[in-house]
Amino acid sequence: MDATAEQKYNLDVVRWFAVMAVVYLVVGALVGVYIASELAWPVLNFDSPYLSFGRLRPLHTNAVIFAFGGCTLMATAFYSVQRTCGVRLWSDKMAWFTFWGWNLVIVLAVITLPLGITQSKEYAELEWPIDILIAVVWLSYLFNFVMTLAIRKSSHIYVSNWFFLSMMIMITYLHVVNSLAIPVSMFKSYSIFAGVQDAMIQWWWGHNAVGFYLTAGFLGIMYYFVPKQAGRPVYSYRLSVIHFWALSFGYVWLGAHHLQYTALPDWTGSLGAAISLAMIIPSWGGALNGMMTLSGAWDKLRTDYVLRFMIMSLAFYAMSTFEGPVMSIKTVNALSHYTDWTVGHVHSGALGWVAMVGIGALYHLVTRCFHTEMYSVKLINLHFWAATIGAVVYIVSMWVSGIMQGLMWRAYDDYGTLAYTFAESVEAMHPYYAMRAVGGGIFLFGAAVMLFNVVMTVRKSFAEGRIEQAQTASLASATA
Amino acid sequence: MSENTETKGLQNWAETNVWALVLLTAIVVSIGGIVEIVPLFFMKSTFEHNKYPEIVWDGVGKRPLAEWKTGDGIRPHRPLEVAGRDVYIREGCYLCHSQMIRPFRDEKERYGHYSLASESMFDHPFQWGSKRTGPDLARVGGKYSDVWHRKHLRAPREVVPESVMPNYPWLDENMVDPEAIESNMRGLATVGVPYAEADFAAVKAETEGKTEMDAVVAYLQVLGTMAKLDDSKAYRE
Repeated sequence: MDATAEQKYNLDVVRWFAVMAVVYLVVGALVGVYIASELAWPVLNFDSPYLSFGRLRPLHTNAVIFAFGGCTLMATAFYSVQRTCGVRLWSDKMAWFTFWGWNLVIVLAVITLPLGITQSKEYAELEWPIDILIAVVWLSYLFNFVMTLAIRKSSHIYVSNWFFLSMMIMITYLHVVNSLAIPVSMFKSYSIFAGVQDAMIQWWWGHNAVGFYLTAGFLGIMYYFVPKQAGRPVYSYRLSVIHFWALSFGYVWLGAHHLQYTALPDWTGSLGAAISLAMIIPSWGGALNGMMTLSGAWDKLRTDYVLRFMIMSLAFYAMSTFEGPVMSIKTVNALSHYTDWTVGHVHSGALGWVAMVGIGALYHLVTRCFHTEMYSVKLINLHFWAATIGAVVYIVSMWVSGIMQGLMWRAYDDYGTLAYTFAESVEAMHPYYAMRAVGGGIFLFGAAVMLFNVVMTVRKSFAEGRIEQAQTASLASATA
Repeated sequence: MSENTETKGLQNWAETNVWALVLLTAIVVSIGGIVEIVPLFFMKSTFEHNKYPEIVWDGVGKRPLAEWKTGDGIRPHRPLEVAGRDVYIREGCYLCHSQMIRPFRDEKERYGHYSLASESMFDHPFQWGSKRTGPDLARVGGKYSDVWHRKHLRAPREVVPESVMPNYPWLDENMVDPEAIESNMRGLATVGVPYAEADFAAVKAETEGKTEMDAVVAYLQVLGTMAKLDDSKAYRE
């Protein structure tokens, strides 16, 4: 029980962000497994507009990115900024505004997306009133974070905070510019951009939602939670400086590689691809920095379940940041674009990297903020294997189906005509779509185990009055 | 951690002054986007019609859309097509169907001439898509009959047994709302789509009593049919 932290810092808002993150992990994965099953067994659309794939898919992406990812980022940033600065959050009230505002955004997303209220920009589907709410809530998060840094007790700003800050600033740019639209009614608006410019702006947003929200932000998590969990300092300070500036500068350029061979001018796509290749260096620098933090403490992997999640996440991170640049090479992209390979790549990042490092940090946070051990270590191990196996099954099935699709679409027979109809390629995907749904299902099972474990831990903490004890303990006796 | 961790210069400034860190980061993360996006609004070569003006209908913004004939050139969508496009967006069709043909032999044979930037210049927002769970639709117009489309949208597997597309029976039940279409078209005009006053006046006559099914089919049937493209011309480098 850390009474000092409980009384000095605002752990309350961190606690509830962390719990909500776990809830949304289950919800997001559940919707994901459902829509994956719809592609394998289309009868699951049930002729209902509210359950049809086209409306639920944005709900899945928004739930995992903004609900799970967002709550994880907010819990971890608010926690680590207090710990690394040695001060309480600048404003408790503003932090709670961020909490309730963000959860309101999620509720509105759950209501509007199945109703077909959408701007049709991937990962930015929510309509203009919700976009305005997102901007306000996001700025409250950014402002509170920056002000907490401003009143810090430490002389230097710790590296995890650079990454969180970079993510918050870039997401502000992206969200505001990409969502610029003229409302025609309460639930409908049209982007002020059209065609090729709209496409470039959308993928500038799309890739940096990945590059900043899901990478820079989660690297912030890595830089605080991996050293903390391993009990060792970050491997290389210098590497983290290079990693930070190279990643912040470079990631921004990559969006154009989503539009190779399209009507986007060739110079833009090629520029995006060239920088994409160069991004292997900072990405691997970061992965290396995280993994090598364990040097001399590798034996901890045998006993520390949280570290296991984190190191597995870095392995997936290194893998998918190699795969990404390869897929941006024009000749590879010609095959991979429009196929399931892209979906597989996204999920190696999302399930393997984002979710795993987030899950590791969340287990860490739950024990620290509820002042108790996890209800069951065995269940965490079960979760670890479910998450790992589920992610691998998912990724492998999408590799096979994606490459197969790409090859079937361009195959010619001996007479020089197309060898397959499109429908034949759809039929060939069926076993892999079924396998993907199974992989996702295994991952979902792991997430559900985590939710159960966290709920039981919270109940245990409440039953034993842990938080209350920490809040009321006199600090003199707590430190004694 | 045996290395020297004394920081100097800019890095030290950024690490010890939060406003410096905010400022430097805000500058560093803005460069890539500016370099890649801003020129697209100014470089004439972005749009093919700057070199080949004939691909755009010469009546755009001047004559009523009703006077346009297939192949006359790129034009804004007519009222019923606007309604169809709104349904296309609402149902998330773009998540499984691209509207962007790449300049490859197999795509030419499967879908037709590669897509031009000018062809989507009135598309707010763009509908290029990013995934082909189903086939590309950039030039689907005229490939199938209206009857086929209606059957296919109601129950895709009755016409394409391998399909994994959802059924859309509700499109037959929902009527389009002429008032909403007109206000949507005025919204599109605000963001720069060149509609003539006559086009707003035509909304009621063209959309009254139509279902969402009629609208979607009208939208699909015009895709890729606006401009007649010439295989002997290099529209793009």
